[in-house]
Amino acid sequence: MTAKTLAEKILSRSSGRDVRAGDLAIVPVSRVMVHDSVIDAVMAGMKALGKERVWDTERVCVFVDHAAPAPTPVVADSHRVLREWVRGQRIATFYDAGEGVCHQIMVEDGFCEPGTVIVGSDSHSNSYGSVGAFGAGMGATDIAVALALGRTWLRVPESIKVQFVGQLRPGVTWKDAITKVVGEVGTDGARYACVEFHGVGSLPQGDRITLSGMSTEMGAKAGIVVDTPEAPEWLHPDADASYTRVVRVDLDALEPQVAVPPRVDQVVDVSAVAGTAVDIVFLGSCTNGRLVDMRQVVQLLRGRRIAPEVRLEVVPASRRQFEDALADGTIAALSRAGAVVGASGCGPCLGRQGGVLAGAEICLSTANRNYKGRMGSPEASIYIGSPYVAAVAALTGVIDDPRPFLEADEESFDLLVAHRRRSRPAVGAASARAGDRARELVGAVPIRTSPQVFGMEVED
Amino acid sequence: MARAWKFGDDLDTDQILPGRYAPFMTGQDKFHAYAFHDARPEFATTVKPGDVLVGGDNFGCGSSREYAVAALKVHGIGGVVAKSFARIFFRNCINLGIPVLESADAADLVADGDDVTLDLVAGRLRTPCGAATLRPLPRFAQEILSAGGVVSYLRAHGDFPALD
Ligand code: SF4
Repeated sequence: MTAKTLAEKILSRSSGRDVRAGDLAIVPVSRVMVHDSVIDAVMAGMKALGKERVWDTERVCVFVDHAAPAPTPVVADSHRVLREWVRGQRIATFYDAGEGVCHQIMVEDGFCEPGTVIVGSDSHSNSYGSVGAFGAGMGATDIAVALALGRTWLRVPESIKVQFVGQLRPGVTWKDAITKVVGEVGTDGARYACVEFHGVGSLPQGDRITLSGMSTEMGAKAGIVVDTPEAPEWLHPDADASYTRVVRVDLDALEPQVAVPPRVDQVVDVSAVAGTAVDIVFLGSCTNGRLVDMRQVVQLLRGRRIAPEVRLEVVPASRRQFEDALADGTIAALSRAGAVVGASGCGPCLGRQGGVLAGAEICLSTANRNYKGRMGSPEASIYIGSPYVAAVAALTGVIDDPRPFLEADEESFDLLVAHRRRSRPAVGAASARAGDRARELVGAVPIRTSPQVFGMEVED
Repeated sequence: MARAWKFGDDLDTDQILPGRYAPFMTGQDKFHAYAFHDARPEFATTVKPGDVLVGGDNFGCGSSREYAVAALKVHGIGGVVAKSFARIFFRNCINLGIPVLESADAADLVADGDDVTLDLVAGRLRTPCGAATLRPLPRFAQEILSAGGVVSYLRAHGDFPALD
């Protein structure tokens, strides 16, 4: 048996040994990605190792994106320490607050060499598979070791093949496709595995990041798109490579998908949750915070203002996406519609700054995780959907199928919007509950020392 | 003899150490006091060095936060035995020097609070209902574990263990 999966090919080539799923491999890393929320632990790790310098100042990429700009003095202090460390180490690649989400920049600015191994201090480092790199998220000690040695150890993963067939219909996006896959495979269905995405190599880079990044939601070690334009000739799985599972997704039949809180693998057709009231819409993250996503929202809004009960938070995934959206009028259109546009970065995706959720609030997010407390209060609920679904939620205050809105002529569009707004369930109950909950918490513990109230969650 | 702490499937890192008690929220010297704060409030005050955690499938899933494992390390956990592990948790344990062992039958043999003995040499978890079989770890991982974790290993040897 000589046929190899992509993971087996990449890890054999990097380790210089003929490795198979299940083997251990020691491989050089082409980059190490580090971000603000783990820097203290990474520095402590290097110190424990007795290593003062990173192995290669050109191959380390550092980002301030997870809680940026700093929301509290404690975080500001840790950012200050991080900047000093970057200067002291003479690390060439440093993106400070406002530049954007690490993963977006890693791909967009060309730090992900196809066919190489890249480790990152963040679980969504799988995103580098969008251009054919083996990107894997690791803990602080692993990152410290990789920074010190320029190498890491890996167990060569088994692979799962996701084969997309057919064509997406208008109003259905790659976010819907990958959410469907997560629903099928489950949050641990790809544990230890590399997910190979077949049939999508020629997609725009952004859509490929959506796919690779969300392989993390299935527990995957890496998620690699096959046959991308960036991939060298050798980077192609053999036809008879062996997979532990093959998942076929028929795009022709795909409906817009929604992940229902608190599990990202609890996935339904949008019609199953149509009519659910929404308080806040978040458009952003490494999954769906690019120009194309912002444009889809503007396309659906058609110059109308968002519903009076709803807030729309927009956080571009990077400065480049932000500037492109400024240049073509997308940001102006979003602002006129009533959106708040935040500094490029993770934004409220992980509930640390920039629009966190109150108790009992309901959010429709274009990001990738919806577990309890992810975006703020553990009492809040997060539905995950595409930018189109997000746009409808912002416009009407309810979750709904975006396609009738996209298809409607001007007149019926307004009727449709008015009708949906009227159908929005009263949120009085929800708001009262949120208030009670807040009072309960404040009554139970002094607010300043109650971590529950601030409920900050580290994205790791 | 050690006490077994029994857990079910899909035990996530938020149950091991809730994110709101992360070291940067509570301090490097205190965060371990919040281990299993919500899931098993008595854990942090009654756990003894050498105690063993026993779980089902996908043990340690959720985020990559290493401090969940660091909290177990501070408590001196003798090992974790489960049907299967989430990948980042698994390697975090090896890196920090906590034996992590897969076992098909341990979860069925062990009840919470049982006296158990983790015999790494024989590859057995001895329980009042019989001995559970542990899947042997690769030599590479064993070497890191016996050095007490990857940091001590690298300090002593300057490089990873050789692969056979
Ligand atoms: S998932 Fe959210 S918090 Fe994590 S890197 Fe992406 S945008 Fe940032």
